[in-house]
Amino acid sequence: MTLPAYNFAYLDEQTKRMIRRAILKGIAIPGYQVPFASREMPMPYGWGTGGVQVTAAILGPDDVLKVIDQGADDTTNAVSIRAFFAKTANVATTTKTADATIIQTRHRIPEERLQAHQTLVFQVPIPEPLRFLEPRETETRVMHGLEEYGLVHVKLYEDIAQHGHIATTYAYPVKVEGRYVMDPSPIPKFDNPKLDRSPALQLFGAGREKRIYALPPFTQVTSLDFEDHPFTVQTFNRPCALCNATGVYMDEVVTDDRGGRMFVCSDTDHCETRQAEGHAGPGLPQLGEHASSEQETTR
Amino acid sequence: MYVAVKGGEAAIEKAHRLLADRRRGDRSVPALSLDQIAGQLSLAVDRVMAEGSLYDPELAAMAVRQSRGDLIEAIFLIRAYRTTLPRFGATRPVETGAMRIERRVSATYKDIPGGQLLGPTFDYTHRLIDPDMAGDHPVEPGARRDVSGDVAGDAAYPRVTDILNGEGLIEPDVASDAEPGDLTRDPTGFPAGRDLRLQALARGDEGFLLSLGYSTQRGYGRTHPFVGEVRIGLVDLEIDLPELGFAVAIGAIRVTECQMVSQFKGGGEDGPRFTRGYGLVFGQSERKAMSMSLVDRALRADEFDENRAAPAQDEEFVLSHCDNVEATGFVEHLKLPHYVDFQAELDLLRMLRREHAAASSETARQEAAE
Repeated sequence: MTLPAYNFAYLDEQTKRMIRRAILKGIAIPGYQVPFASREMPMPYGWGTGGVQVTAAILGPDDVLKVIDQGADDTTNAVSIRAFFAKTANVATTTKTADATIIQTRHRIPEERLQAHQTLVFQVPIPEPLRFLEPRETETRVMHGLEEYGLVHVKLYEDIAQHGHIATTYAYPVKVEGRYVMDPSPIPKFDNPKLDRSPALQLFGAGREKRIYALPPFTQVTSLDFEDHPFTVQTFNRPCALCNATGVYMDEVVTDDRGGRMFVCSDTDHCETRQAEGHAGPGLPQLGEHASSEQETTR
Repeated sequence: MYVAVKGGEAAIEKAHRLLADRRRGDRSVPALSLDQIAGQLSLAVDRVMAEGSLYDPELAAMAVRQSRGDLIEAIFLIRAYRTTLPRFGATRPVETGAMRIERRVSATYKDIPGGQLLGPTFDYTHRLIDPDMAGDHPVEPGARRDVSGDVAGDAAYPRVTDILNGEGLIEPDVASDAEPGDLTRDPTGFPAGRDLRLQALARGDEGFLLSLGYSTQRGYGRTHPFVGEVRIGLVDLEIDLPELGFAVAIGAIRVTECQMVSQFKGGGEDGPRFTRGYGLVFGQSERKAMSMSLVDRALRADEFDENRAAPAQDEEFVLSHCDNVEATGFVEHLKLPHYVDFQAELDLLRMLRREHAAASSETARQEAAE
């Protein structure tokens, strides 16, 4: 028998061309979900197969790849995907946001502003922003076609009526160039403003759902809201315990069983860079110090 | 001291090492050989080939071994390999009428040309654990039937549905020369069409299709099914070679075919006649082929103007959820870290609770003042 052998970056060249065509169509119609013949990948659906296929299709031998999950380079799945491309494509990898040409991400956008030569690849579980309002693909495609987005606003309005606030904190729907409503993937809404007019190319891959969509550089991306209930993002009322950063997204770390918490940067590269530059945070919390109370501010 | 989720790399490496250790098990016990798996766990290998959509017993046996017997994991391994293979073309439609029969039963006729042939079936075994299974007792070879007097080819075992069709009692199977769609190469849209539906069902999870088929029997999309015929055996694969101008046989595969004879539909110029549900899977799996034929028939509700209300009749529902590699991935991905999103939810919940507490104390203050 012949034992299996694999191509550069795992996928065969025909498949890569198919994916590139979908990406190009996505770039031509920002925010539009392009169906593509997603392949089975050697990691499970839900682990980022869409993002991995997009990365595999655009990756060249000279690229420098960074992979993050929850903002961190050292979470197990990020390590696993980075190792996958290091092995199958033999490309250089980095944890430095500034050094990367391609950044594959799950659930975050790096704190550092991305540059024109960079591409951010998002892993997307459910690409359809209308899915939880209408489970049928046949229906939602028509709704997008007719620009029939009333239902999303009704949902946001119902949140306000029920809770006094829009109760969507991540995967917060956006409108792209005034046309398509798009799911930004489950990034916290804190990251939504970074999508807007980003100099970097932003690509979204959903493997199990077989969809690719894109935001070309400098695309206008607006988070949905109401005039009297403008879009707000989370802020944390204390700095990072390790690097003293403010205005960044934080992980809440439980430090003991008596209510002790500390808040640290979710973006590990950002945090480590700041620490290397000499910034230091307050460190471990005092015993019994309670969780910080976050608040929302308008952006 | 706060320890970040550092060391993912080292942790993965150690986990893989432990997995390999557990997979191998006790080193004083000989390792399973591929021949043992393919020969003695052949139905597991068949399932992996069927749902992995790749007919290769040796590779499937390797996958079963690598996955420690977790068949969905083995199916996944096969799929992730299959997807990298180039697709050269499509074979000619398989002629199951010319199958080299190993088993063939009909529930609609007591006797049929070619006869009922039980073959290697569990059907009439008593499910008592056999003490002999604790050891390796000698097993006598199966008796072989005398095929010397058989009519060769199609005439030997005519399909029951062809017999019904001869009388015009069942809708005809309309032949098509068009190349069927391939959902692994093209994006699927809905409605998908029967070719893509059958492909999805043939790759679909046996358990999911079993339950869906079962639900149609319990009234959720009832189809009044009869097993016209189930047959298992070897069929030749032929491929057209344009250079030669004729088809050549490139090999043989074992398949299970089920033709379900279902609820008749009346009217039109042809008069009332039975309808068909079809199941075809790699290897020996009646359960899968029968379930598939029930679901195929249920999914044809629109063709026959039937009320479409049950899950098994809903093409988008069935096709979107029948793939176990997709399903297991998305269910199991919930164990991946979600703390960024959870943090966002925590923020909101704490704020809502603060506002709730403030509102409650304000109400209490007003009531006390009154």
